[in-house]
Amino acid sequence: MTPRPYNFAYLDEQTKRMIRRAILKAIAIPGYQVPFASREMPMPYGWGTGGVQVTAAILGPNDVLKVIDQGADDTTNAVSIRAFFVKTAGVRTTTDTSEATIIQTRHRVPETPLREGQILVYQVPIPEPLRFLEPRETETRTMHALSEYGVMHVKLYEDISRHGHIATTYAYPVRVADRYIMDPSPIPKFDNPKLDDCPALQLFGAGREKRIYAIPPYTRVIPLDFEDHPFERTKFDAACALCGATDSYLDEVVTDDAGGRMFVCSDTDYCEKRQSDKRKDAAE
Amino acid sequence: MSAALLAAEGLCKRYGAIQACRDISFEIEEGEALAIVGESGSGKTTLLHLIAGLMTPDAGEVRYRTRDGVIRNHSSLSEAERRALMRTDWGFVHQDAARGLRFSVSAGGNIGERLMALGERHYGRIRASAAQWLERVEISADRLDHAPWTYSGGMRQRLQIARNLVTSPRLVFMDEPTGGLDVSVQARLLDLIRGLIAEMGLAVVLVTHDLAVARLLSNRILVMKDGEVIESGLTDRVLDDPETPYTQLLVSSVLAV
Amino acid sequence: MYVAVKGGERAIRNAHALLADRRRGNRDTPELTPAQIDEQLALAVDRVMSEGSLYDRRIAALAVKQARGDLIEAIFLVRAYRTTLPRFGFAEPLDTAAMTLSRRVSATFKDLPGGQVLGPTFDYSHRLIDFTLETQDASAPSQPMSAAPGGPQSPSPRVTDLIARDDLIEREVLATPDAPVSDITRDALVFPARRDARLQNLARGDEGFLLGLAYSTQRGYGRNHPFVGEIRFGEAAVEIFVEDLGFAVSIGDISITECQMVNQFTGGDGRPARFTRGYGLAFGQSERKAMSMALVDRALRADEFGEERKGPAQDEEFVLSHSDNVQATGFVEHLKLPHYVDFQAELALLRQLRRAQGAVAEAAE
Repeated sequence: MTPRPYNFAYLDEQTKRMIRRAILKAIAIPGYQVPFASREMPMPYGWGTGGVQVTAAILGPNDVLKVIDQGADDTTNAVSIRAFFVKTAGVRTTTDTSEATIIQTRHRVPETPLREGQILVYQVPIPEPLRFLEPRETETRTMHALSEYGVMHVKLYEDISRHGHIATTYAYPVRVADRYIMDPSPIPKFDNPKLDDCPALQLFGAGREKRIYAIPPYTRVIPLDFEDHPFERTKFDAACALCGATDSYLDEVVTDDAGGRMFVCSDTDYCEKRQSDKRKDAAE
Repeated sequence: MSAALLAAEGLCKRYGAIQACRDISFEIEEGEALAIVGESGSGKTTLLHLIAGLMTPDAGEVRYRTRDGVIRNHSSLSEAERRALMRTDWGFVHQDAARGLRFSVSAGGNIGERLMALGERHYGRIRASAAQWLERVEISADRLDHAPWTYSGGMRQRLQIARNLVTSPRLVFMDEPTGGLDVSVQARLLDLIRGLIAEMGLAVVLVTHDLAVARLLSNRILVMKDGEVIESGLTDRVLDDPETPYTQLLVSSVLAV
Repeated sequence: MYVAVKGGERAIRNAHALLADRRRGNRDTPELTPAQIDEQLALAVDRVMSEGSLYDRRIAALAVKQARGDLIEAIFLVRAYRTTLPRFGFAEPLDTAAMTLSRRVSATFKDLPGGQVLGPTFDYSHRLIDFTLETQDASAPSQPMSAAPGGPQSPSPRVTDLIARDDLIEREVLATPDAPVSDITRDALVFPARRDARLQNLARGDEGFLLGLAYSTQRGYGRNHPFVGEIRFGEAAVEIFVEDLGFAVSIGDISITECQMVNQFTGGDGRPARFTRGYGLAFGQSERKAMSMALVDRALRADEFGEERKGPAQDEEFVLSHSDNVQATGFVEHLKLPHYVDFQAELALLRQLRRAQGAVAEAAE
């Protein structure tokens, strides 16, 4: 059996067209989950097939692709997905956020501000923000159609009554263009402000759940909260131990079994650039 | 004379061979409490679901006069309008509290939900309203953060009532609100309901098989048998001086203790 | 001095090499061939074809070898391969009445046209481990046997057709007979689902999941009084209608198992009482799967018969959303992926709450 050559970026053109149509619908209705016929991919559901299908559908031979997971280019799943596109599309890849035209990400938004013309593709496990309160798809569909979102605030109310704070720290729900409530994927709430009025196009792909949604550039994206318990941006008590940044999301690294810890930037590209800038400054 | 708050005309509903409602017509005025009584299988619960917009009739119509005076036919309401009415103008108290409450959400969350659905976004104010209502239904304020699964049966019903009344509805549908509760608990609950109806000027449609409940809470009564209204009138008159043999039988069957 | 973790690529390469090494195992043991798997582990191949939704014994056997015997991993391989194949069109409906039968049993009649043919089955075997299989399969006859010795097959009409002749079983009436058949691999499943979409979902659904659900209906979670009307296993012809010829031509035979359950009768409302049905179909000899599918199919038809949906097997969204084992394993196993960014956010909140509680406790003293 001779090995079959793959179409550019693995998916056949018919499938890409179908996905692009879903993407266009999603852009036309910001924050609304568009059903699409997700294909079986060579990596497991839950491991980024939605993001991979979106990227495959929009990728062109002149694109420059960056893939990150937990903010880093070198985590195993990011490596695996990047290798997949190298093998099936032969596109140029990069770890430099500012150089990329398409960035596929799992669970983080890059620290480096994005520009017009860039596309951020998010991997989404559970697209439905109301799912944990209402397991039925038939009911959540109606709730979105009728803008019946009272139950979302009930959840936030419960958090405050139980913990004194809204207890959602990631996948923090947002209202898009004053209409649909959306799950921004499991990014830490630290990243939520980056979605608002972003110059880049943001696309969200959920392969297993078969939904695509989008935030067009420069769209209003507001996290849900109460007037007297407004959304608070996370602050870290430490600075990055490698580059000194105080404005980036930090990973906690356990250094010994006696409780030793250090904090480093989750965004490895951002951190490395800062480190190399510091070295340059020091050399001058 | 202004139009009735709710008017049912020629309502019919069947399940297969069973005619649950045959050609039923009546009206309810603002502030009036109407009891629909009958034995199991009389069709009273079906009738309640029809006039509450939870079921579509096979024939006939239901008309409701909204706050701005417009008369709306139930069948002309969009799903969005129907749900909006359910949250603002109407209430529905279920016999089984589990159907009318979110069991794993705190009392405060349960009561506050309608307010949040209507756009209230101040946690402190929502909580204060919920606490006020909890007191009004005679539940101690320190239960505000507890979920209904920790409540007794009587407390759950009172919580259900609070959840429905927080938006000052004009019309409340009740399906055997005291069913399954201990007699002493029932008495307290009925007293509470009677007080709230008077205080808030609520219109109520109450389905019950218990004539004593009908006597205590309602001004007017409909007696149903096999899908038909066989007698109607002022509650005291019908119960003291029943005209039809069936109603006489019902009244005389009630054990006097 | 802490250096940021690197080497993900090298780690993956090493992992793949180790995997290949373990797959081959002890080099003194003869290497398994796909042909051996196809012939001697045929039922594993049958399952992989069914749930992989692809009839190709060679691909399925290869997948079983590549997956080191993990059948869901093999099913995943087959599904991914299937995505890349070009589609020419739809076959005509299989005429299971015209199957060449290797096995045919019915629990509803003692005897019937075509007879009860046991065929190759574990059903009446004693589950005693046969140690002769360690060296040589002594129980295999020296000459290969045909399933139906003794001449051509006698006419074997489907049991459901026999009962239907007296109009005692429900007739399948399509609301729109010319409507195109759903294809759940092309269109997202929406709820409520049409029966054709449901059956497709069940046909490729996990055997274990459906088995548990089917079992639950028998134990009261949505009982529907099933009888095995018929199980048939054998070869069916796949036909494609060719436009240019104006008629259908056979492109080959596939082996399938079909199960027709005859269930609780209903009637009333002016309709005469009739038995109801559940349907199951699988590639190869997959009886457990076909039977489970038929029981769950019938359970999911609750609305058609005015049955209250009480048991999990009757809950359409629950069953159809969780039946696909490739999806299920993907999501369950994805928990192994790094989640430390979100965990960090949780840690931070938890620490904050503890500090606040600590401060309150101190203030109280």
